[in-house]
Amino acid sequence: MTEIVRIENLHKSFGPLEVLKGIDLTVDSGETVVLLGSSGSGKSTLLRCVNFMETPSEGQVSLHGELVGSENNGGMQYRERELCKLRTRIGMVFQHFNLFPHMTVLGNVMEGQVTVLGRSKPEAEDKARQQLERVGLADKAEEYPARLSGGQKQRVAIARALAMDPDVMLFDEVTSALDPELVGEVLKTMRQLAEEGMTMLVVTHELGFAYHVANRVLFLHEGTILEQGEPQKVLKDPETTRMREFLEGHSLFKLPD
Amino acid sequence: MQHTWDFATIFQNWEVLWVGLKGTVVMFLVTVVLGLSGGLVVGMGRYAQNSALRWPATAFVEIFRNTPVLVQIIWFYYAFPILTGIEVNPFLAAVLGISLNTMAFSAEIYRAGIQSIEPGQWEAGKAIGMTYGQTLRRIIMPVAIKRILPALTNRGIEVFKMSTLASVVAYVETLNQAKLIADLNFNPIESYTAVALIFFVVLYPVVQATYALERTLRKSD
Amino acid sequence: MVEWNFLAVLSDIDLLLLGLGNTLVVTALALAFGIPLGLFLALSRLSTIRPLSVGSAFIIEFFRTTPPLVQLFWFFFALPILIDVRMTPFIAAIVTFSIQSSAFFAEVFRGGILSIDKGQWEGAKAIGMTYGQSLRRIVLPQAVKRMIPAFMERSIELLKTTTLVSTVAYADLMFQANDLAQKTFRPLEVYTVVAVIYFLLIFTFSQISIAVEHRLARSGESTVR
Repeated sequence: MTEIVRIENLHKSFGPLEVLKGIDLTVDSGETVVLLGSSGSGKSTLLRCVNFMETPSEGQVSLHGELVGSENNGGMQYRERELCKLRTRIGMVFQHFNLFPHMTVLGNVMEGQVTVLGRSKPEAEDKARQQLERVGLADKAEEYPARLSGGQKQRVAIARALAMDPDVMLFDEVTSALDPELVGEVLKTMRQLAEEGMTMLVVTHELGFAYHVANRVLFLHEGTILEQGEPQKVLKDPETTRMREFLEGHSLFKLPD
Repeated sequence: MQHTWDFATIFQNWEVLWVGLKGTVVMFLVTVVLGLSGGLVVGMGRYAQNSALRWPATAFVEIFRNTPVLVQIIWFYYAFPILTGIEVNPFLAAVLGISLNTMAFSAEIYRAGIQSIEPGQWEAGKAIGMTYGQTLRRIIMPVAIKRILPALTNRGIEVFKMSTLASVVAYVETLNQAKLIADLNFNPIESYTAVALIFFVVLYPVVQATYALERTLRKSD
Repeated sequence: MVEWNFLAVLSDIDLLLLGLGNTLVVTALALAFGIPLGLFLALSRLSTIRPLSVGSAFIIEFFRTTPPLVQLFWFFFALPILIDVRMTPFIAAIVTFSIQSSAFFAEVFRGGILSIDKGQWEGAKAIGMTYGQSLRRIVLPQAVKRMIPAFMERSIELLKTTTLVSTVAYADLMFQANDLAQKTFRPLEVYTVVAVIYFLLIFTFSQISIAVEHRLARSGESTVR
């Protein structure tokens, strides 16, 4: 298996508050890793440190075995240009979509390709239409985001990230802001991506998705990884009380026997 | 050319400047009181049901908002006396120009404030048997005033700055006196810098207080 | 009873029209310099580089809290001594009103940029955009639309403020009016006509501004002040 993302001894503090207290994690090619944890556990921050939406306070991140940033006096130094380039190789989908409202769906999916990657417009448009097809929204290409449902917006956001040909995709609670009846279509799209072999790192509360799709589940608590393993093991037979309590909090989730 | 800053002449002429400062303060106080209180009356007129009140109020606001205040001051100084036979000195011309202008602007602020109150508030006042005046005074105004306070403060700041325009018709205020000092002592740099600093020192804390006020009100609303 | 006599004014109306032209030239040039300068000041003020943001905040607040007439006198009478340039009323007017209006435009830009949801910056960042690309392609296009009413209001204020240039003898509409009033001994008619010209000009711009604001409001765009 090829290693895609490697995180070593990652710490992140916001002022006096230490949110991540030394995380080690490796994600291999084609793997889907789901991060679980209650709010404040640091799971979203961990995800955002992978593509440097947040700069880690300590520790190292590597992509494809290449260290991000350079070592300097024991700390890490990052150049904005390098981080921008890194982010083109890591797709990210947000809880609140963050689509660009002044551009059409097609424009949204073309934007990064043209402005950042420097692809020609026809090339970017071809690619954008392929990706929209992939998430089942080819017919919405000319619409503006405001005219779409939440589930459709989120699938456009996925297409926008995919159009950059990323090595890995990050999903940050992408179904949390959706009406319950729209959650399914987004999870279905994500499942399809996982089956196609995309490497994915997913923060979610959807235990069903974790159970059926993830290769590995991580449980974060107060900034450390408390438990990890195959979903069938971790979700059915947790070792720690914390994890058990967390699962009981999701009483709606029924594990298949 | 190397300029050596020398504020000594300004301090030597402090009495000249002091007369100007007093003139500025008097002009500001008179125009801000007339402008903001008169604006309330005009603003009510703008909001009145009766069109005999609404029309003149609207015309007044449009005329004074859509012409430059300097034109208004000059018009009151040179044209108004011919039209009415009333003698107008520089003080009166500036007071008329600045306060009428301020009335027009603040009238719009009051109107926007009153209109920002939900119709339900009027209905609730009515429902407990209040008259129009009672509802306005007891229910609408307390909330509206709070909402328009930042805009009114900003208007006040503008009025203070506008007082310098009175110098154009030779009313004795700070800028006028600074010009006098500059002409007599050949030190325009120090004179005009001093005036700028005076205004900055007075208004900067007021502006900061307005920002703070806006933040607090936004939180409480 | 006053006898109005507009003949003297009307026979010299070309003098006033010349002044009107100059008023519009000063306004247009001050806008042309003031808007980009305002954007620059706003971005500096929003910058995380402390000296830059403190410095531009100071410039903005200084020019917002000092009277424009004082600024004009300073640039006209004081600056030429300080840096040894030949100052004309025209240059003094352009410099003063460009900087003065840029301080106000800066606050409009800043308000507009801050009104854009943080998620838009994040969305742009996540697809690898630099700060400049995010600003140009994502944030400003949305912000500018919201700022249009405030922009138009500021531009109208600028147009009114340009009357001050008459005090340093630049031949704008106000100055031409003073000139003509002295020449014809008809101040009542001259100043009334000039007031009407200003009114028609500014009222038209205001109405356009209101119409634009209504259209934006209908299309669901919130606006910033």
